[in-house]
Amino acid sequence: MPKAFTPKVVTANALLEGDVVYLTEAGWSRDLKDAEVLTDEAHADLRMIEASAQTGDVVGVYLADVEINDGTPVPTHFREDFRATGPSNYAHGKQERAKQEQF
Amino acid sequence: MYHYTDFDAAFLKERNAQFRAQVERRIDGSLTEDEFKPLRLMNGLYLQLHAYMLRVAIPYGTLNSAQMEQLAMIADKWDKGYGHFTTRQNIQYNWPELRDVPDMLDALAEVNMHAIQTSGNTIRNVTADHFAGAAADEIADPRPVAELIRQWSTDHPEFQFLPRKFKVAVSGSPHDRAVIKAHDIGLQIVEQDGARGYRVIVGGGLGRTPMIGKTLNDFVADADLLPTLEAIVSVYNLLGRRDNKYKARIKITVHENGIEDIRARVDARYKLIRPHFGGVDQQMLARITSDFAKPRFKTAPETAYHHARQHDPAFRSWSDTNLAEHAAPGYAIVSISLKAHGKTPGDASSRQMRIMAGLAKRYGHDELRISHEQNVILPHVHKEDLPSVYAALKAAGLGTANIGLISDIIACPGMDYCALATARSIPIAQEIATHFDALKLEHDIGPLKIKISGCINACGHHHVGHIGILGLDRAGVENYQITLGGDGTEDATIGERAGPGFSADDIIPAVERLVMAYLDLRNDPGETFLQTYRRLGLAPFKSALYSEAQANAA
Repeated sequence: MPKAFTPKVVTANALLEGDVVYLTEAGWSRDLKDAEVLTDEAHADLRMIEASAQTGDVVGVYLADVEINDGTPVPTHFREDFRATGPSNYAHGKQERAKQEQF
Repeated sequence: MYHYTDFDAAFLKERNAQFRAQVERRIDGSLTEDEFKPLRLMNGLYLQLHAYMLRVAIPYGTLNSAQMEQLAMIADKWDKGYGHFTTRQNIQYNWPELRDVPDMLDALAEVNMHAIQTSGNTIRNVTADHFAGAAADEIADPRPVAELIRQWSTDHPEFQFLPRKFKVAVSGSPHDRAVIKAHDIGLQIVEQDGARGYRVIVGGGLGRTPMIGKTLNDFVADADLLPTLEAIVSVYNLLGRRDNKYKARIKITVHENGIEDIRARVDARYKLIRPHFGGVDQQMLARITSDFAKPRFKTAPETAYHHARQHDPAFRSWSDTNLAEHAAPGYAIVSISLKAHGKTPGDASSRQMRIMAGLAKRYGHDELRISHEQNVILPHVHKEDLPSVYAALKAAGLGTANIGLISDIIACPGMDYCALATARSIPIAQEIATHFDALKLEHDIGPLKIKISGCINACGHHHVGHIGILGLDRAGVENYQITLGGDGTEDATIGERAGPGFSADDIIPAVERLVMAYLDLRNDPGETFLQTYRRLGLAPFKSALYSEAQANAA
């Protein structure tokens, strides 16, 4: 039996800055909480195709597992947790850019 | 040190212009990522977990003060005001933006530096003993030949698409400080019947399948070295496995075919290509060697040094741990620790870089070295100047007296930065250092090398740590496996796996149990951790690691 589809988000790195980004319904965000949560496999496949076509904006598009906590997506794996927050030895990356920007 | 020729400068300028155009074409959409990726990797640019990372080569770990100052300038202008020195004598910038990288490369070129072949399946930055040209036990300075190899391997048309990356290390001393037996090729300068030559070791490597290199040839004369290297890499280029990334390094080629078979193939290839080496390389080597002439060492009293040792306990402690014996009378080799307790191993702020550059200029014949152990070396300091050097280092947070001790930890960037990592390394190193500093046991424990890798690729050299720690992902949780008894010197040994791994919370207490067991088991304070381990074997340490856990489970 195929495994049940678990909630996912589309993620990548921004081409110019390299920063971790998430696909939203309107574009890309640097903040996981803005991400479009995909619960339907066919829709997820479609969003992956659309995201992967945006080669001028992003690099390395893939689906990452999330779970929904109080209505917002949170990572299920520690690697995605680090990607969403930044390194633990300095408050660099997303930690110094608390202000969310859309692009 | 080596001075770029017009040829070198023109080559670099052209290469940087090409990369600038490649970046532009990627941004305007003319190049796809698949097309661009090999081009950026050839120029040292990775895309990591949170950002791009630029890996800059510091050939054989040697820098002058102007180069160190430029590294600081680049850190301030295009990165976050610091750099990370690596186990391959490179510096990594963790936060560059794609558009800025061509400018960063141009800034590097201004001081004869580059990022070429710091990635990709090519011959990588050639590393050397960080005490080269200074060590008391040295037969000859390994840097001239390392520079010759850098020139030979850079853009070598035959070796741009090897089965896998290829790392060469050179040592000029019998005591191996460059881990030459864990490199694809390790070279050791030796003397035989009054003639100088090289012991050639092949097929060493760490990573997924750690191997100690095997001696291919006990003595290769100077003039025969480059054709020998070319024959080895050429044989590997054809024979190395391209079907399986995990079996593609030369260590597997040597292991699967046997050293005798490899030797026969190398000999055959050597006979074919030797006539093409007409001696130009030896003329080049002679010129390079003159660039590495020893500084004019001074003669001075050592009054201030002895006075400081008598009256300043902090200086005394630092000079006990952070100095090594120099070949010239009155001189010492200073190791500057980039392992302040609780800080990130190998990181230096731009301010610290400038201070170290200034000290090199004022007291150190303008020379600095980066060690594979992620520290910075001032190779030539007169003892009389040591109290001044120490005072300046201490004021800049660079005066930690811990070289070779438990907190002088090698740690790869791990999952805090690296896209390949399976667990974090840096926080484990930070916690071990602060924990043992708080216990005030560090100096009592004595020489002990802890090396931490955040994945099986072993950039943190965990296999050759007296205590090695490997971070893995076990069912979605960080898990740390311990190996014991590893050694990266001339007695190179791969550590033995102690048993099941520990969680991030349990790894520090586990290391403490190991260290406490050692303190109980050692014959006397002069017997190091590694000596005790070699005398007693794994059993008592395994029992210290696991008996408590087993007792709790029972």
